[in-house]
Amino acid sequence: MVDTVTPQPAARDRAAARPGRAGPPPGARFRSLVRRYRLAPYLLLLPSIVAIALVLLWPVIQVALYSFQNYGLPQTTGAAPVQWIGLANFTATFADPEFWLALRITVLFAVAAVSLTMLVGTLVGILLHQLGRVMSVIVGTAALLAWATPPVSASVLFYWLFNPDGGLVDWSLARLPHWLVGSTDWAGFNWTTSGALPAYTVAVILVVWQGFPFIAVAVLAGLNTVPAELLEAARVDGATAWHGFWRITFPLLKPIFLVLLLLSVIWDFNVFTQTYLLTGGLGNRDEFNLSLYLYDKAFTFPPSYGLGGALALILTVILLIITVGYVRASVRQGALT
Amino acid sequence: MALTTLGRISFPNARTRARTARKTRRFGLNTLGVLVALVTLFPIFWMISTAFKPSQEIYSLTPHLLPAHPTLGNFSAVMSGQASGIGSVWLFFRNSLLVTLSTVVLASLISLLASIAVARFRFRFRAAYLIMLLVVQMIPGQALIIALFLDFNRLNLLQSLPGLVLVYAAQALPVSIWMLRNFVATVPRDLEEAAAVDGAGSLRIFWRILFPLVAPGLIATSIFSFITAYNEFIVALTFLGQAHSDYTLPIYVTYFFTRGGAQWGPIMAASTLYTIPVVVFFLIVQRRMTSGLVAGAVKG
Repeated sequence: MVDTVTPQPAARDRAAARPGRAGPPPGARFRSLVRRYRLAPYLLLLPSIVAIALVLLWPVIQVALYSFQNYGLPQTTGAAPVQWIGLANFTATFADPEFWLALRITVLFAVAAVSLTMLVGTLVGILLHQLGRVMSVIVGTAALLAWATPPVSASVLFYWLFNPDGGLVDWSLARLPHWLVGSTDWAGFNWTTSGALPAYTVAVILVVWQGFPFIAVAVLAGLNTVPAELLEAARVDGATAWHGFWRITFPLLKPIFLVLLLLSVIWDFNVFTQTYLLTGGLGNRDEFNLSLYLYDKAFTFPPSYGLGGALALILTVILLIITVGYVRASVRQGALT
Repeated sequence: MALTTLGRISFPNARTRARTARKTRRFGLNTLGVLVALVTLFPIFWMISTAFKPSQEIYSLTPHLLPAHPTLGNFSAVMSGQASGIGSVWLFFRNSLLVTLSTVVLASLISLLASIAVARFRFRFRAAYLIMLLVVQMIPGQALIIALFLDFNRLNLLQSLPGLVLVYAAQALPVSIWMLRNFVATVPRDLEEAAAVDGAGSLRIFWRILFPLVAPGLIATSIFSFITAYNEFIVALTFLGQAHSDYTLPIYVTYFFTRGGAQWGPIMAASTLYTIPVVVFFLIVQRRMTSGLVAGAVKG
């Protein structure tokens, strides 16, 4: 802690005293080396760099390499040689109609889930801001519980709520008048195996339920930073609450909204746990999003790590493009200072 | 302001009207609040309610909000291991707890060291390192899982809890370091310098001055890595395969769920047992949690 860029007086004295001693112990020599070359920060970073490199960076590089190889089960056991096959994995992927379906599902799901999560989250955030203390704690706690529910529990729970056999949603829909819910026979309607639209409707509801609390709490925190005098002044000048929000609150919260938006896009683009469970393992191919499609290619027998790698690369590139936006938004907020 | 006050006093009718408007507004807002809370809580309520229902009530043609004849049968079926066929829920509880706590300790230690470097030193690759953290936390788990699976297979770390701990700790690092560095940065440097002048060594300064002041930050990051490890799905699903006795809670619930047979009573009982600890934990640490997370969201 003492070894900052400008050495402390005490430290300098000790360092100066050292050469006078004959044969310093190895620990002391190490310490003086650290001090002379200012190694302390690098030593402190070393464990994190090793861990991140081994578990996060190196696998990405490997996956990128696999994507240009015919890497599969025979190659892992050494039964067949690893061959470089150029862009064959990518052309195979782009020629597969299932890939385009998965991409479409992923994008549409992300658009629906993100916009609904942001909308509901912002509205609840504003509501929390307007409520009295007791009500605000009640609503906030309820939201926290939804957010704290583990994704696996939540997915299984929503599967059960939307289950055709004893599920609550079908039962309720069947009892509502037809002009409200359409003429579908809702009793016994199977949400999770009737194609992508019903399955992902459930997924959107689930993701919004779990995701809106985070947005709401962040928006609430942002609203608390908006100076009340500003809104008061606008009100005195005759501005409506609606105008006050769009002209004062929203511009001030814009950086927070941007970060929240990007985070939500990344999360919802990546969604795996919820869709894996809601669509019944890997059972329904016409309900794959990109994550499920990738997982199926890589791990369903016979596994093709090359195809999986190509998909991982495509997914990562799409997310990196979004991430660049995220980093730029963070930098603009002064996160690196 | 003076003008409006004057106006209000001279028109008592307008004042009562304003008060009624305020009351109506408050009533509307509170109703809306109650509605939001009820809708949000309902799924959790339904999970717990189902867990206490005997099976003829679960599949009855008219669902009841509360169990008419509450039973602990689902819970005992889960605890005896008879419902899932792969072991008692306590075994998987133990596995999850072991993995989660080891992850928290490992991730806290590594990220504390790194955050000291980032918050206390100006060095050449500091900005590059910080940007690397931001980028790395965005790498999708699905993109890594193939290589991780093959690497850990070679290292003989598949189907083992230590393998999971390694992955979870590394995955928790970027956000933990990012959060913790703000806490380290707020510790006044003068304090450390004063201690150094008084002859305290680096270690002593660390334990006596930095550590107590950074402890709230460590709690926040521990909560974060706890939740990540406790909830993690895709790595555990891929790594553990058929090693039933090593299953963590989410994989146990998934196994139970995908095996079919629609045992909704025991499944909901298992989900309830899996959910309750983390929810209670959240309620206890609520304030710290939200402020820490919001700081993370707002600052990066």
